[in-house]
Amino acid sequence: MNGQSIWLSLLRRDLLLAARRSADVASVIFFFVIAASLFPLGVGAEPAMLRAVAPGVLWVAALLSTMLSLGRLFAADHLDGTLEQMLLSPQPLIMTIIAKTLAHWLISGLPLVVLAPVLGLQFDLSGREILVLTVSLLLGTPVLSLIGSIGAALTLGVRGGGVLVALLVLPLYIPVLIFGAGAVTASAAGLGAQAGLSLVGAMLAVSAVFAPYAAAAALRIALE
Amino acid sequence: MLAAHDLACERGGRALFRNLNFTLERGVLLHIKGANGSGKTSLLRMLCGLTPPASGRITWDDEDIRGLRENYAAQITYIGHHPAVKDELSALENLRVAQALAGQPVTVAQAQAALAAVGLQGRANLPLRVLSQGQRRRVALARLWLSHAVLWILDEPFNALDVEAAALLERHIETHLGAGGMVVLTTHQQPGIASQRMHIVQLAA
Repeated sequence: MNGQSIWLSLLRRDLLLAARRSADVASVIFFFVIAASLFPLGVGAEPAMLRAVAPGVLWVAALLSTMLSLGRLFAADHLDGTLEQMLLSPQPLIMTIIAKTLAHWLISGLPLVVLAPVLGLQFDLSGREILVLTVSLLLGTPVLSLIGSIGAALTLGVRGGGVLVALLVLPLYIPVLIFGAGAVTASAAGLGAQAGLSLVGAMLAVSAVFAPYAAAAALRIALE
Repeated sequence: MLAAHDLACERGGRALFRNLNFTLERGVLLHIKGANGSGKTSLLRMLCGLTPPASGRITWDDEDIRGLRENYAAQITYIGHHPAVKDELSALENLRVAQALAGQPVTVAQAQAALAAVGLQGRANLPLRVLSQGQRRRVALARLWLSHAVLWILDEPFNALDVEAAALLERHIETHLGAGGMVVLTTHQQPGIASQRMHIVQLAA
């Protein structure tokens, strides 16, 4: 039995489940749109100010909406016993976690990347800044899912896990926020966006290699 | 051959059992008996390799299962207290996903045949949330009709089953034992299996 087909069927299952529970997915996306749209109403419609706050606001909205969906990553599978079956699969646990994290990003990260240009227009960003913003989210949102998978695994079965996962994971999101939003700001100021984007890309490379191992270790402890 | 050597289990700082020894040969069923809270489920989870024992070790063909990991996992089918099925998926989808995860993918026709064997013909495409508790249990147990694993570890498999389904499962377990398989199960009923094939481990409360 080759591991690839286990991996693919697991990914397909998570996407199918998300399609059947489309209200859960839609609520996260609407949260992102609404949270980002509240700022222009709150701070006033001064275009210069909106342009200045846009990168930070959109990035923070992306962080918070990713947080909202982290609880679903392992909790449902933990409750109904599927997670035990995943640990007993002949496929290494780390592959299972990569499949689930990828599904999480496709469901709750990729829609944010797609919507970001529309929200960018709302903040009067220029075409170039919108492009940099979209690329920074494309590189950064997978990091959010990967780091989030560690937090979700650590808080599995803990009472009040939703708040705890935010306390654990949000500080770890700070570097992604700084360099992701920083790339857009730098581009707006006429400096190159390359430095910020390269750093976010480096964080993606590091977290893609190490986060699944950490999440696997946390899951094994949670299920003992 | 599965063997336990001086196993001990602790839960919440309290010793549930210690110095537990047994061996399980092919073609034999091990019935774990004990009162509620005596550590039956904990023992099954240890035998799966999910929980490390507080002391002692478990061996499969004289090798510690902790060293075997995925190779050991391929030898067992575990059906736990929770049925590991999803309400949003149909019986057929649930079964095919569970089999794929266990590394034994099946075709639609094979999965349908297994569901028919547990008495769910005509319900294969219904989402599980419209099925009853006993029918959901049957979906989980249908994996046993597709499993290639030698060792079945079953936690209260007769729960929520009607008399007819329980008899069906007993006959299927006997077929598995007859083919050289091994079964470890917990139940509060007396399983209808020939007594020469059945060993009993009694856990003290």
